[in-house]
Amino acid sequence: MDLSSINPILLLASLMVAATPILLAAIGELVVERAGVLNLGVEGMMITGAVCGFVVAVATNSPWLGFIGAAVGGALISMIFGFLTQFLLSNQVATGLALTLFGLGLSALMGQGYIGIKAPAFPDWHIPVLGDIPIIGPIVFQHDPMVYVGLALVAAVWAFLRYSRAGLILRAVGENHEAAHALGYHVVRVRMLALMFGGACAGLGGAYLSLVRVPQWTEGMTAGAGWIALAIVVFASWRPGRLLLGAYLFGGVTVLQLNLQAAGAAIAVEYLSMAPYLATIAVLVIMRAGRAPGSLGQSFHASR
Amino acid sequence: MTMKKLLAGATLALGLATGAAADGHEPTTVGFVYVGPIGDGGWTYEHNKGRLAVEEHFGDAVETVFVESVPEGPDAERVMTQMALQGADLIFTTSFGYMDQTINVAAQFPDVKFEHATGYKRADNVSTYSARFYEGRAVQGHIAGQMTESNIIGYIASYPIPEVIRGINAAYLHAKEVNPDVEFRIIWAYTWFDPAKEAEAANVLIEQGADVILQHTDSTAPQAAAQAAGNVVTFGQASDMAEFAPFPRVSSIIDDWAPYYIARTQAVIDGTWESKDTWDGIGPGMVGIGEITDAVPADIKASAEALVERLRTGEYHAFTGPINRQDGSVWLADGEIADDGTLAGMNFYVEGLTAEIPQ
Repeated sequence: MDLSSINPILLLASLMVAATPILLAAIGELVVERAGVLNLGVEGMMITGAVCGFVVAVATNSPWLGFIGAAVGGALISMIFGFLTQFLLSNQVATGLALTLFGLGLSALMGQGYIGIKAPAFPDWHIPVLGDIPIIGPIVFQHDPMVYVGLALVAAVWAFLRYSRAGLILRAVGENHEAAHALGYHVVRVRMLALMFGGACAGLGGAYLSLVRVPQWTEGMTAGAGWIALAIVVFASWRPGRLLLGAYLFGGVTVLQLNLQAAGAAIAVEYLSMAPYLATIAVLVIMRAGRAPGSLGQSFHASR
Repeated sequence: MTMKKLLAGATLALGLATGAAADGHEPTTVGFVYVGPIGDGGWTYEHNKGRLAVEEHFGDAVETVFVESVPEGPDAERVMTQMALQGADLIFTTSFGYMDQTINVAAQFPDVKFEHATGYKRADNVSTYSARFYEGRAVQGHIAGQMTESNIIGYIASYPIPEVIRGINAAYLHAKEVNPDVEFRIIWAYTWFDPAKEAEAANVLIEQGADVILQHTDSTAPQAAAQAAGNVVTFGQASDMAEFAPFPRVSSIIDDWAPYYIARTQAVIDGTWESKDTWDGIGPGMVGIGEITDAVPADIKASAEALVERLRTGEYHAFTGPINRQDGSVWLADGEIADDGTLAGMNFYVEGLTAEIPQ
């Protein structure tokens, strides 16, 4: 075993990159769930975003337009879910699972002509001055722009939910949609907007895989990242700050176990793989903060 | 789409069977169970190319059906059962993890022939087949050992099964032969196909100093990671992965299943099919070596091609003694050649590899 070959700075830096796709998808799902909707279709929205982003980026030769395309694609497919659950009052769990299967199939179909093509390059930012700070510079300030977009989104969602009137309305709709309706808020409209945001974020997360992390289009390339994003929302007990912590924990354990293996450490991979899930359970037990929004997963119809 | 294709194939087969049974020319239905998506660019992609070759070769005489991305586990049994019920005469199950499921389903359908790739359990109606990928890995190791400047070679392994361990040993022995200072860093990904994880594994290996990456997983993500790093050599795995040539992909191991699939389908049509074990290498063409690009210096390229030729003619075996086990005990004496039984069940590293095999 040669632990000295693990560079802690590179480890921390790659942790931020590894966590970004699940962070993006999870922050969107957090908003959706705070609005009282349980959308289990994150995986389907991610993979749709991955293919939409890739197609647009290749067509325009611009990764930025690719990310915009991914957000639009994710938002569009989430509108299918929104229409079914909010207007036709279909079961949210079943519809979400169906959305995942639909997304996987649709993306495979859309991506057929794009196998083996390379995405346009999306270079890392070397932020002047800050990037040159010893130790902290390479960890925090030398990433591709989407890492910072993810962090900014978490901060924005946090501020939105905590300080804005719209955030208060969204939380009210999620806690008690009957009461929010009685106060005159448009429950379905709020939820549709939240779903659209959630879909766009999941799409960005998927495109991060196909444009930055991998970067290629291959069928099924999200490989369960959407489900981890869902788990992180629960881990975070629906709070943006803890969501960031959770995503970095999951990303960190993934990168750490790969590093330990490469260094020849004799720690069974299985233990490391289960570590984030054990941490989730421990957090839920110790912090007893895992109270879900009151109306989570329930259908709402104004006439009731 | 897959399901639609399956249903369409089955319906067509039924329709033709009822219509054509009178003159005894009903089409033979051949099913394929894939572990990954047909667009993975690696393992499943090549099996699907084999399937397409069967379709082209036999035309209307054969119908093929397939199901992709079937998890290794109980669900595979359901897929195989469904295929058998829908009239498949021959079913290829193309991943090691389908072994027990194939045996179970085959016991229920004695009239259906099964072919399991890379397994070792057979029955009267179950054949096994695999390619001697380790011959290709010996060639990769030979090139890798000479291309590395840091003397650290990274290896992305999938599951700790004999096939993968055999590959690591073959690559290591031949890298060591040309470069005594070479060191292997091995990461077990515990997946055949997860591009994000494979990319991360490749990045970790590069961060730890590897300048050559070998892989036994199915996506092209490690090639992309190597390309981004700029100075890291990779090889195509299962498929040519030529989109990354001439650099970082400097050569490849290609699985060519088409001749085997055509031969076995023909055997079912002729009624001569019987259970057997096939394990072919470079010689019969089941393992192909993709073009060694000009990124490899000419002398290394020449010696690698000479090695391919010696493996092809059978003049040289990739596991020729003296070889010790990792613990220092003697495995093969000087000049001794490994027997297929030991190779098929290989569960130990050879001397010089430092890590341990996960249990």
